[in-house]
Amino acid sequence: MRTGDGVADAARMETVIDVQNVTKTYGGRRVVDDVSLEIREGEIFALLGPNGAGKTTLVETIAGLRAPDSGRIRVLGLDPRRDRDALRQQLGIQLQESALPDNLRVWEALDLYASFYANPADPRKLLASLGLEGVRGSRFAKLSGGQKQRLSIALALVGNPRIAVLDELSTGLDPQARRDTWELIEGARDRGVTVLLVTHLMEEAERLADRIALFDAGRLVALDTPEGIVRRIDAEQRVRFRPSAPFDVSILTDLADVRGVTRSGSTITVAGGGNLVLAVTAALARNGVVANDLRIEQADLDDAFIALTGRRLAS
Amino acid sequence: MNHLYRITLVEAKLFAREPTPWLAAVLLPTIVLVAIGMLFPPHAADPGPGGQRYIDLFVPSMVVMTLATLGVNTLPGRLARYRERGVLRRMSTTPASPGALLVAQLAINAVVAVAALALLVGVGHVAFGIPLPKDPLGFAAAFALGMSSLFAVGLLVAAIAPTSGAASAMFLPLFAAVMFLGGVYLPRWLLPEFLVRIGDFTPPGVQSMLDAWSGTPPQVLPLAVMGVITLVAGWLAARSFRWE
Repeated sequence: MRTGDGVADAARMETVIDVQNVTKTYGGRRVVDDVSLEIREGEIFALLGPNGAGKTTLVETIAGLRAPDSGRIRVLGLDPRRDRDALRQQLGIQLQESALPDNLRVWEALDLYASFYANPADPRKLLASLGLEGVRGSRFAKLSGGQKQRLSIALALVGNPRIAVLDELSTGLDPQARRDTWELIEGARDRGVTVLLVTHLMEEAERLADRIALFDAGRLVALDTPEGIVRRIDAEQRVRFRPSAPFDVSILTDLADVRGVTRSGSTITVAGGGNLVLAVTAALARNGVVANDLRIEQADLDDAFIALTGRRLAS
Repeated sequence: MNHLYRITLVEAKLFAREPTPWLAAVLLPTIVLVAIGMLFPPHAADPGPGGQRYIDLFVPSMVVMTLATLGVNTLPGRLARYRERGVLRRMSTTPASPGALLVAQLAINAVVAVAALALLVGVGHVAFGIPLPKDPLGFAAAFALGMSSLFAVGLLVAAIAPTSGAASAMFLPLFAAVMFLGGVYLPRWLLPEFLVRIGDFTPPGVQSMLDAWSGTPPQVLPLAVMGVITLVAGWLAARSFRWE
């Protein structure tokens, strides 16, 4: 659960990833355009944006796989390029594409990668928690897309990293596997791992992230908690219900928070702002009307993205 | 060091799981030698050029078959594939270096080459009475330099080829040239003189192996050329090799 206290705690946490004015250009195009952000210890931080927004390029510079054209990056106080070796021990990375030899077996991959680190996690426990026990003897080429993805996540976590970078982690997963994976990521966070999540899925960022950096065309559009980003756009709320008895709509239209009331069959829709639900239900109660099948429609991250960039997040 | 050891173990297992290199690099040369031995009965009173039996002259060419298969096919092909699939890049995000993977592959292919050589020489000796190399040190030097020069050329191709498909396309003519000049397709005594001379100085330097086998110390110049090719191609490959 994200709570107000959690955010206050986070504010006291140490900055583990510090990105200042980073720019990266490919073929004259600014893929990452003057981005600055700070990621704190123990949080799940999501880079959210449509495909091609520059998210992957940014995490690759954070991971030291690419050098920024300008700007400064520090991860755990280290320079990702210069202090590559020191950083590798503490940074686990899951890259977008599957990247293991076809004939490598699942347990061999985990054992091998565990042997690279000073204090690795128990490969068996990791396999169990990722639901890969049944395929531990299978060759990589024989795995389903979801299994490959989970193995890839396991490899990112097997070194017991302080920071885990996960790029499009739920690609190719079915809804159940996706939820299981999310729980795994939350489990890692609860053990103190800082998680940098790259995603184009609004639902994933909203569910997992403590803070979200909204990306579009290489630029950082907004950086806040999911609720904070949604609050930025003063979107209209809608309350929909079926009244238990006929009533005079003026009892609602007279309310300060209400901007409009429409009727469709037996359903009434009230649009407005502020604390709309409370105002509407209280007014109905005063007039002896019960609001049946009450539904509230609120703006979500997708609406926020449209409001901030003028286009949809996901197609 | 521990990383290199672990990677080598895993890569050796992966190598063992693929039938093609075993067949083409290890078994095929010995099978061909046996076939030739049956076509030209070793005790036939028909000495080949230089008074040696044909089959004796064939052994170094079979070594070329092993080295060509491993050096300009198996080894660089696998590295090109690893790069294309992101295996090297994935490894570069861990404390282990993808360079360790390259070293492991070189070591494994070298060991397999020696194993194929041992099988060839052993079977040839037992079945057809082919003598062991009369100049073992000279042969070891010719074999080691021939192998390293061919491996270096293969790595250079893997380094400059943009995709594994492009690498395969470049390996094909290279492989054919190495096999042809090494006397695998046609016995070298049937090749025109200038091709034989070229073959002396192109990897893996089959004449040096043949000389050492029959007891003539191999000439210094061809060996030196193999050394230079190893260094130059190896250096160029190391400079231009991309991990992703």
